[in-house]
Amino acid sequence: MKRSNKPIFWSLFGAGGMLSALIGPMLIFITGIAVPTGLMSRETMGYERMLALARNGFGKLAIFTLITLFLFHGLHRMYHSLHDLGVHVGPGLKGAFHGFAALGGLAAALLLILGF
Amino acid sequence: MKTYMRPMTGWWKRNPFYLWYMLREASCVVITLYALIMLVGLARLAEGEVRYEDWLERLSRPWAVAFHVLAFVLVAYHSWTWFRIMPKTLPRIPIPDAAIVAAGVGAIGVCSALLWWVT
Repeated sequence: MKRSNKPIFWSLFGAGGMLSALIGPMLIFITGIAVPTGLMSRETMGYERMLALARNGFGKLAIFTLITLFLFHGLHRMYHSLHDLGVHVGPGLKGAFHGFAALGGLAAALLLILGF
Repeated sequence: MKTYMRPMTGWWKRNPFYLWYMLREASCVVITLYALIMLVGLARLAEGEVRYEDWLERLSRPWAVAFHVLAFVLVAYHSWTWFRIMPKTLPRIPIPDAAIVAAGVGAIGVCSALLWWVT
């Protein structure tokens, strides 16, 4: 019997769901609301500070994990929501959604390795 | 052969429970967009200070802030539902359902506080 690839994608969906549930709201509040509106100092996301984060090993891992898991979570759920909206999904669309997430993760990895 | 396909349009508008379900599912769109915004930010950071500052400046435009407010609301709802259904998604364990949900909500609080503290 051919092995199902479902557990892999479900694990990535679950890990992304957990990470976004735990830190998503606060992260979006800081980077998208508090810093841009001046509620928090702009230096919080200042160039030098973010550069140091992207050059640090743990920082690289955190940025990569965040982008990759958020993408897998979001796109996996989007793929299943298409069914709820009456779009008939097949292996092609499934590959497209998971492939897009994988490409995003790959882009993040390459940027972190080669860009800093 | 053409078989009967049950129409799927608008079913979720018929019952408030389905509407809340779809609202939760909508969080996946903003989570994906947020990840892409961060990916672009990472690319701008790699390109240098001028490009990065330009990206940061764009985040403070009204439509960007409006997007993040919407994203905050939807993702906060996702967080709550994620732990509210945890007693059903976990394997059967001898811990009361209410305690599992309370621990989850507590974990959101602890992680949020930690994140606030390190920034």
